[in-house]
Parts: sequence; structure tokens; C-alpha cells
Amino acid sequence: MLAAATAILLAIGLYQSAMAPDDYQQGATVKIMFIHVPNAWLSMFVWSVMSVAALGTLVWRHPLADVAAKAAAPIGAAFTFLALVTGSLWGRPMWGTYWEWDARLTSVLILFLMYLGLMALWRAVEDPSRAARAAAVLTLVGAINIPIIKFSVDWWNTLHQPASVLRMGGSTLDKAFLWPLLVMAIAFSLLFITLHLAAMRNEILRRRVRSLQMMQASRVSFTSEAGAGPKEIGAA
Amino acid sequence: MSLGPYASFIVTSYLLVAAVVLLLIVWIIADYRRQQARLKEIEASGITRRSGRSAADVR
Amino acid sequence: MSALAALIRRDIRIALRVGGGALIGVLFFLTVTVLMPFAVGPDLALLSRLGPAILWLGALLASLLTLDRLFTADHEDGSLDLIVMSRTPLELACAAKALAHWIAAGLPLIVATPVLGLLLNLDGTATLAVAATLLAGTPALTFTGMIGAALAVTLHRGGLLLAVLVLPLSIPVLIFGVAASQAAISGPLPFGTPFSILCALSLASLVIGPFAAAASLRHGLD
Repeated sequence: MLAAATAILLAIGLYQSAMAPDDYQQGATVKIMFIHVPNAWLSMFVWSVMSVAALGTLVWRHPLADVAAKAAAPIGAAFTFLALVTGSLWGRPMWGTYWEWDARLTSVLILFLMYLGLMALWRAVEDPSRAARAAAVLTLVGAINIPIIKFSVDWWNTLHQPASVLRMGGSTLDKAFLWPLLVMAIAFSLLFITLHLAAMRNEILRRRVRSLQMMQASRVSFTSEAGAGPKEIGAA
Repeated sequence: MSLGPYASFIVTSYLLVAAVVLLLIVWIIADYRRQQARLKEIEASGITRRSGRSAADVR
Repeated sequence: MSALAALIRRDIRIALRVGGGALIGVLFFLTVTVLMPFAVGPDLALLSRLGPAILWLGALLASLLTLDRLFTADHEDGSLDLIVMSRTPLELACAAKALAHWIAAGLPLIVATPVLGLLLNLDGTATLAVAATLLAGTPALTFTGMIGAALAVTLHRGGLLLAVLVLPLSIPVLIFGVAASQAAISGPLPFGTPFSILCALSLASLVIGPFAAAASLRHGLD
């Protein structure tokens, strides 16, 4: 259901961005915007989702919050990677360079590194609830980066252009570009929600496997004197 | 629809996004299958959940 | 208050005695700085241009190296559990431990900076600028690194995981530390602008570090 809505919106968005006129300055490269901006937006949104989940982990100690936070990290890392790479491919024709150490690019790169660090933290610890609490602290500390990314284009005078969609006094973007961009943004958000829910379901199953294996192991250790034990451990 | 002098950049970025998103989807589906297979395997060996429901169905 | 003073005094004494890690950090700082001319070549003009960056990188890596032991040693001998259970707020205890660590491991780095500045062909004002930025910036490194140390000790993993978690958080400190030193030496920017941002980063980490470290200790140690 959700997946179907995502697919339909993505198709509409792709069609609209294919039909969008060329920018008088940027030419056809403006089409990269329709995938770059949603990815960049999601890279921050996913971290915000994880921060809310982190609060759920630390304050209410709800296991579903742990699951949500863990499932979101790889997806967020993928979107951040795409934002960086599409930005780089857009920057080459427009700025003449693939990479520039300006504030917006650097802070998004830091965000990407933090996603990777968070995934390393999740993988480093055997016990999921212990890993969840550690990851929650790191997520909340890393959340400081989000407003820095958002406002880096306003605080520092950089190569990266300032926000033009959401701002006081209306968008500076022409309607011909705004509509495809909005549709694509919604489509990518739906894509994230779909993927996130699926990944959460996987994570729940993974935990169920883990707890059943624990039960199996304890049962095996009880009956191991009867001689049935070691074979079953091998099968698990 | 002409893509102008920078067509290769535009096409590359669209293809890359498609590739990464597909990779994510494939990974998630493969992960789902793997967990399901493991659960069935464990259930076949006689371990059941405390609630008595089948381990493989979700919610 | 006296409990905190006692904690600081104890930590400094442990760090400085035989077997404590504080002086190894300075030695590491020295080694990294001496390695750099071998890597980039003994061109004095180039070295003096790269000098602040080399010193900052050395200090960053040295403080990261010693941070690993910030909570681990206390966890091993059980005194960390006493600190967590004591009536002193854990946030203050964490801040005290970080302060002690900075005095024992951070200050020697700053004292060593003028000597290393000579090796890198930095003149008086440049050395002074680097030392001043290190003085303002290393507390930020210690206090953000403490978050990583607290996470690592609750996970029974140290070393590389700590580096992976802490290094992204320390990038802004590095950026503004080197920017301020460069501004004092050559740059068109006034020294005050990046330096005050560096001070702001230090103050912010002074607040965030103890809270995050205390939260991770409280939730992580069962």
C-alpha cells in the first residue's frame, strides 16, 4: 500500500522533473536538483527521526524506539551518501569542482561520518539494549550538527546557495521547478518511511531469532547430558 | 528533452540514486528472507515462543 | 565540593605517577611532530606554513590516545561504580574527571608547544598563537572525547571505536583552531573571530560533555 503510493509518486515526480524546463543559468543540470535536494533533506530528517527515537530509548526505555533507531541508520547513511555524490556531480559543471571545503559540504560530510560511526557502534556491541542506549547518547550529541547544517549557508558566506524553497516571504523558486521538487521530496520521504518500516520489521525478526536462539541454547545446556545437545548448537 | 552539454553528469547522478535505492531495497528484502528462514529453522527444531504463536508471522 | 576536589587530586596523582598515561601523550605529540618533516620534506618555508596544522593534529591525536584510559582504569578497579553510586551528581563527577585529565594530559601538550614550534620553524607570535588556540581548544577535545570514552567503557570496547566516534565531533574544533592560528600568522581575517568561535565551542562542550557522558554511564553500567 505504502510501497505503491511511493512508486506512483516517484513516477509522477520523475516525469515532472523530466518535463521541467531548463534553467536560464544552469541549463539542464538543474534536473540534478530534483534528486539532490530530497536526498539532502532526508539525510537531516532521518537523523531527526533517530534523535526522537533516542529520546524514546533513554526516557521511556521502549524497545521499539531501539528498533526504530537501529533500522534508520543505514538508510540515513545511504541518503547522505547520495546527497553528497549528487551534489558533487552537480558542482562539477556549475562550480567547476567536484568538492569544495565550504561549510555546508563539510558539515554534511561530518554527518555522513557520524552515520558510519553510529553503524559501527551498533555492530560493535552484542547486547542490543546496551547498544541502543550507547547509540542514543551519540545520536543526541550528533543532533547538534543538524541545525549547523541547516543554517550553515546563512551563517557563513559560502559557495553553496542559500535555501530557496522554504523561507520567509515565499519561495524564490519558479513554479515550474517547485512542483517537481515538492513531488520528489514527498516521494522520497514516503520511500524512507516504507524502507524504514520494512527494516524495522527485519530488526524485530532478528531480535526474535536472537531470543529463540537463547532459549534453544539454554534448553540444549539442560539436556546436553542426554547427548542431544551439541548437534543442535551446530544447526543453529 | 535535450540534456545539454552536461548530460553525462545528469544521467550518472540519476542512475546512481536508482542503484543505491535498489541496493537498499534488495538488501532489506534479502534480510527479511534470511530472518524468516532462520525462524522457520528454529521452529522446526521444536523451540516456540512463549505466546505459542508462530515465530515467523509479524504482529 | 570537597569530594570533587579529592577526585581531581586523585586523578591527577594517578595520571602523573609511574604507569599513568599523561606523559606518554606528550611523548606521542613529540613523535608525531618530528615525523612530519620526514613526510613532507625538510623545507623550512613549507614547514612554517604547515606548522599550526601539524601541531593541532598532533595535539588532537595525543589527547585521543590518552582519553582511552579516562574511565577504563576506574572501571577495571571498581571505583567507577563507587563514583556512579555516590551522592555527588554524576555530571559533576564527570566534569571533575575531565578537568583532571585536561590538567594532567592537556596542559603538558601546551607547555611542549613552544619547543615543537622551534622544530617547525615557527616564529614567536606564531608559536604564541598556536599555544593560545591550544589552550582554548584542548578543553573542547577533552570534554567531547569524554563522551566517546564513556560510551567505550560501557561497551567494553576501546581503541578504534573511540576514535571513530570522537573524531567527527572534534572536526569543528580542529577547523577553528587552525583557522585562528593561521589568522594570527598570515591571514586576512582578524585573530579574534575564529578564536572566539573556538572559545564558544569549548564552553559548549563543557556543558554537553559531562551530561552526555553521565547519561551514557548511568544507562550503560548495569
